[in-house]
Amino acid sequence: MKTRYSFGGDEHIFVEVDKEMSLEAFFKSLAMTNQIKEKNIDGIIEVCPANASFQIKYDPDKIHPNDMMDTLVGIENDVDHIENVLETRIIEIPVYYNDPWTHETLMRFRERHQDPDGTDLEYGARINNFDSVDDFINAHQETPWIVTMVGFVAGLPFMYQLVDREHQIEVPKYLRPRTDTPKHTVGHGGCFSCIYSVRGAGGYQMFGVTPMPIFDPNQKVNHLKDFMLFFKPGDIVKYRSVDRDEYDQILLDVEEGTFEPLTKPVTFVLDDFNNDMEGYNKVIKEALYVN
Amino acid sequence: MSIKVITPGLSTSVQDLGRPGYYHLGIPLSGGMDRYALRVSNLLVGNDEGAAVLEAAFMGPELLFNKDAIVAVTGAGMLPKVDGEAKSTWASFVIKAGQTLSFDFLTSGARAYIAVSGGIDVPIILGSRSTYTLGALGGFEGRGLAAQDELPINECDISKHTEKSIDESLRNLPQKPGELRFIPGIYWHRITEKSQATFINDTWKVAPEADRIGYRFKGGEALDFVDREQAFGAGSDPSNIVDSCYPYGSIQVPSGSEPIVLHRDAVSGGGYFMVGVVISADMDLIGQLQPNKPSTFVPVTMEEALIARRERKEKLSKVRDFLS
Repeated sequence: MKTRYSFGGDEHIFVEVDKEMSLEAFFKSLAMTNQIKEKNIDGIIEVCPANASFQIKYDPDKIHPNDMMDTLVGIENDVDHIENVLETRIIEIPVYYNDPWTHETLMRFRERHQDPDGTDLEYGARINNFDSVDDFINAHQETPWIVTMVGFVAGLPFMYQLVDREHQIEVPKYLRPRTDTPKHTVGHGGCFSCIYSVRGAGGYQMFGVTPMPIFDPNQKVNHLKDFMLFFKPGDIVKYRSVDRDEYDQILLDVEEGTFEPLTKPVTFVLDDFNNDMEGYNKVIKEALYVN
Repeated sequence: MSIKVITPGLSTSVQDLGRPGYYHLGIPLSGGMDRYALRVSNLLVGNDEGAAVLEAAFMGPELLFNKDAIVAVTGAGMLPKVDGEAKSTWASFVIKAGQTLSFDFLTSGARAYIAVSGGIDVPIILGSRSTYTLGALGGFEGRGLAAQDELPINECDISKHTEKSIDESLRNLPQKPGELRFIPGIYWHRITEKSQATFINDTWKVAPEADRIGYRFKGGEALDFVDREQAFGAGSDPSNIVDSCYPYGSIQVPSGSEPIVLHRDAVSGGGYFMVGVVISADMDLIGQLQPNKPSTFVPVTMEEALIARRERKEKLSKVRDFLS
């Protein structure tokens, strides 16, 4: 893991903590961005953490780019000894897998896909060596995921699967991006899961939809009244497969203002996770379902 | 008071100086693509520089005023007319209650800024009145203008206003061909030296896919990548990276074929490598490039970028002094 710094024009600095994705890179990026925010450095306009990198936007009229760069490099030395502990929350996200809307969309863009004769779920199951689509869905909803970046469009979470690398679901993006993706599609590209917060273009494979809104610019949805965006980096997500009836019921509950996402506080300790991933995931899930 | 939209033009939206501070959650900056022209339009009618105005791309709207107002149009060469009578761009003029503002065809640039005394009074969302269409956020009901919309305008005393215009030297339009200065960086090292040279030496053309999210360019030679084993999580194409933030002004080149410069409604991140970032002083010019406009990417140093930035600021102070 080697950090690389680059100017992004005269108003940004781009910091790549590592070329490849790992929880260690994410935690270091998060630690550095938290430190930067805490220091309230004059001239910094915005700090944007990403999966294994981050970006600083600053005002070069207030701080010279070279001084900005030196400050960031100094902060890297400060965080090297920080313990990777995250006080966060775990959220259950209901997913209607293999739903008719993403199915209709993926059929419409079949010529842009690696496997024009199957579905995205069938393709994902096959190239990840699962015996059936059901087994694949089960692997997808059984383990927790951690939000390592929010962005692309409003409030869209990128999630990294909390299992060892060998067991992570990995799929390429579409050969050519689609011009349409249903709102609330649960997608997957590279090693990342995502939830499309708005309808629009996209290149991730499509596995299902969630009935739970994650972005509401009008702030009418109950759980988005205080702030219009649901996710932030560090959130932990547990998907749960629901059928059509439950999907429809949740939509109705959202409409009537009675739906509340199942959310619990949880502490994530990276070393403990690395020592026993399976055991630690049980503990995390217990935080959601037992306590 | 209010303005009634008779015809909306091609793509007209409410914009101010933007919505910084939420990029880390995927909400882009938004705001006028040519912020210089936006500021000047406001100064000409006596508004705060950052008041909300209309940004009209490629074709002007037709607007009916229900009260007297001062109006100024800057940016693109799109001649304003009041009840058919021609007025000037980069100048303020009076429009009376019951009169209609319309526009001639575009002769230069791409986006006109239409400021109205008092400013457009749509709700402030996350600190700004700017429209972010993809997120259905801000502006007039989260979208571009449509016929029959009634745009609320802040009340304002115009009795002491005198008509003003600014000198031609203080107007801003792209050179021929468009020159976009950029600082090479971020993943510039991912392409071969030969491709670094062709990227700079080739003349690119603005593609039809040029909007507030980003400007696509085509016609230059495809870029070749330095060999490497793809990093875990990055995806299989050599142009893929582990999804990262995309700076405003960053130049990404998906599959190495067509560069895209992200603009005010940028997607905030994604999995394509970037060859660098256009300097802040040249971002306004991009919003004035028409499709098919020949353009080149000119590498500059940080010091050159900061000098250009200072020149832009000085030009704006001259306008402020001139109009105060």
